[in-house]
Amino acid sequence: MASSTVVSVVPTQSVRWRFRAFFRDWKLVTGVAILLGLLLFGLVGPLVVSEEGTRLGAGEYSAPPSARHPLGTDSTGRDVLAMMVYGTRPTLRVGFLAGGIGILVGVILGLISGYYRGPVDTIIRSAADITLTIPALAVLVVLASFLRTTTVELMAVIVALFAWPWPTRTIRAQTLTLRESGFVSMSRLSGRNDLEILFLEILPNLLPFIMASFVSAVSGAILASVGLQLLGLGPILTPTLGLILQYAFEYAAIVRGMWWWWGPPTVFLMLLFIGLFLISMAMDEIANPRLKGAAE
Amino acid sequence: MESLPDTPLLEMRSVSKIYGGGFLQKAGKVALKDFSLTLPMNKPRIVALAGESGSGKTTAARLALGLLEPTSGQILYKGVDLHRISRREALVFRREVQAIFQDPYEVYNPVYKVDHVFNVLVSRFRLAPDRAAARPLIADALRVVGLDADEVLGKYPHQLSGGQRQRIMVARAFLLKPRLIVADEPVSMVDASLRAAILSIMLKLKEEFGISFLYITHDLSTAYQYSDEIYILNRGEVVESGDSQAVIDNPIHPYTQLLIRSIPIPDPDLKWEGKLEIELENVPE
Amino acid sequence: MAVRGVSFYVRAGETFGLVGESGSGKTTTDMAILRLIRPPARVEGGEIILGDTDLQRCSEEELRSLRWNRISLIPQGAMNSLNPVMRVKDQIGDAILTHEGRLPGKVLRERIIDLLHTVGLSPDVYNLYPHELSGGMKQRVCIAMAIALRPQLIIADEPTSALDVVVQRLVAETLKDVQKRLNAGLILIGHDMGLQAQMADRIGVMYKGQFVEVGPVRAIFKNPVHPYTRLLISSIPSIKQKHQPPPAAAWEEIQQAGPQDEPGMQEVEPEHFVALSESIALGSAG
Repeated sequence: MASSTVVSVVPTQSVRWRFRAFFRDWKLVTGVAILLGLLLFGLVGPLVVSEEGTRLGAGEYSAPPSARHPLGTDSTGRDVLAMMVYGTRPTLRVGFLAGGIGILVGVILGLISGYYRGPVDTIIRSAADITLTIPALAVLVVLASFLRTTTVELMAVIVALFAWPWPTRTIRAQTLTLRESGFVSMSRLSGRNDLEILFLEILPNLLPFIMASFVSAVSGAILASVGLQLLGLGPILTPTLGLILQYAFEYAAIVRGMWWWWGPPTVFLMLLFIGLFLISMAMDEIANPRLKGAAE
Repeated sequence: MESLPDTPLLEMRSVSKIYGGGFLQKAGKVALKDFSLTLPMNKPRIVALAGESGSGKTTAARLALGLLEPTSGQILYKGVDLHRISRREALVFRREVQAIFQDPYEVYNPVYKVDHVFNVLVSRFRLAPDRAAARPLIADALRVVGLDADEVLGKYPHQLSGGQRQRIMVARAFLLKPRLIVADEPVSMVDASLRAAILSIMLKLKEEFGISFLYITHDLSTAYQYSDEIYILNRGEVVESGDSQAVIDNPIHPYTQLLIRSIPIPDPDLKWEGKLEIELENVPE
Repeated sequence: MAVRGVSFYVRAGETFGLVGESGSGKTTTDMAILRLIRPPARVEGGEIILGDTDLQRCSEEELRSLRWNRISLIPQGAMNSLNPVMRVKDQIGDAILTHEGRLPGKVLRERIIDLLHTVGLSPDVYNLYPHELSGGMKQRVCIAMAIALRPQLIIADEPTSALDVVVQRLVAETLKDVQKRLNAGLILIGHDMGLQAQMADRIGVMYKGQFVEVGPVRAIFKNPVHPYTRLLISSIPSIKQKHQPPPAAAWEEIQQAGPQDEPGMQEVEPEHFVALSESIALGSAG
């Protein structure tokens, strides 16, 4: 047997790979677009729509959409559009605040836990695992009703109680791996102390994971807080979207056919969750590339 | 550090390292057993620690660097036990004992440019008052390893070749003008063309700058070519040691003989003799 | 361009050593032989002839039956790609069944044990999982899988590079054994010149995607002609005597002379071919 070859192997050029890669991830693009749209709604809206509309008796009671009130009014005469516009910010704020606290706690605990290991790690890890198994919403309901969450900040803190375990676990797992890397050993040989290694060498490598965890934390927090608001346990003084819905249900808006009251906030929330969900799916893929479909 | 004239530079006395084991557990894994080694103070030498995987050579290297604590035995640098070292002495130790590792990619933090590895040293050991003053020092170190500062500084690790990265690591170790460099398989992940170059640089550092090397390797050929003294390790224990040429030309211990017989000689007229007869260990561990 | 104008042949029962540094194109070449090149690369021109079949003209179907049957591959890092959740018997069995269809259990079992015996493994290994085996044993399982269908050509890509030196010799001898039994051709890809000296009958030296020298193993080691080959041979560390390795500058000079435009080889001795061009012969910077 003889085998002979005269062969040339040529790489085909493919120039715009990276650029296309971003847009290939439709989930990320769509999710971000939705979120930006809703954010814009909440930021620009108040400049256009007057706050007057959110006060009781601003318009006729239970009026369907009209020129003056594009989304109609609720049973107390409040302009639905105005309420939505002014309610977006607090709704999102709870989420971002709770997510932010959760991430901060999660990163610090995750770093300590993964780097030092030993008894500290066992404690932190067990605490995180236990917190994960507790039915969050149930506990939140109890806490919220007990503490009378009147402000957005208070609600954020309560929700954050359940936002920290996932980030802690993710960051811990990454830290465990990174602490064994060559460059960490090198840093030690260069005389760096533990804190410097943690924050100057390990942490910068964790940024994608922190971002991903942050987005997930925020989504979860918004979900939880809206849930609480729907049950009437949210801040009452500040109008939030959940609150609008809660009143709508209380006043049997569905039965009364007042679709303009319960409809728009529902659609808004649905869009919000879809957007957050898409982003968090994309983030998961960043944090865990194996989730992607067959990569090239 | 004050020391008597006879004090060795590095001394490892009956050092053992055992992982796991302890109360309620079965006997731990012995990585290194009863390991002793002496490096003289003012006679720069290249000492090779040779063995296969699991022989304990890497463990010995990490112990010598102070990255691991021995389970028993002592490690003395200039007569001072590393276990009882003061902060000030520890800084001196760090400055005088440096390392080169095997993987030229993993040793770089990917978020930083390669300059980072030098800058950390400069600031920690106050080699220069600022970046500008540090640059000529770094350029000098790079020149010794045959690299041009303008070509490699300011780049990220992935922008450089494996050979360049490894040479930068040598330059980094050299920057502090150490007394001892522990080189853990410095050329096993480097192309053949670069191996001789990097090992020659090590030789140059020893001869021109008086730096001793602990050269960890599985490749007896390079140990033969470049080291003065050799320790052959098998499963955590030293089976033979002595002058490199003597040990390799005339191995006494059966394990050493086995190792040397297994090396493929790069001469088609000197093929392996017979077949290697070992009981095939087909029983699972 | 990854590889160009590559031309060589392998006879039955002969070992052809493909030598070169990383990025020289050796793995690309063997992938091309197996028609495994994936986009963004493609094979352009040339013929790959196995026995009497031109592989370039085969359909995907025909190629699939050819692979493993007539050519098999032990890829780089094969021992690490063994399926960790399948027993040895199932992995070897799979390779056989995929190509030969169903076989009675007893027949299959005997065949697998026979294969294990051929590579020097005891029948106990039959039921084990990969993680229960040592590196050398895993690699021998890979060899067993590669020869299960008695191929005419075996391509082994760095088959011993991750192994300790003693085990390396064991595995290398196993490979040689197996080749003799099948009278198969073996393409041994690797950068360990010592191993090549021991195993190969003929050697092809690749540099920057082209062959620079091809010839019988003794000629390459004792009488290298091309400057790159000469540099390569002179920088091999020997355990027989201490000698001076060539200076780093010599390597840089070679780097300057890039690959040639017109790949062509001259026969300087019987069966000994060298790629020559003006610039390389004179050692001037390209």
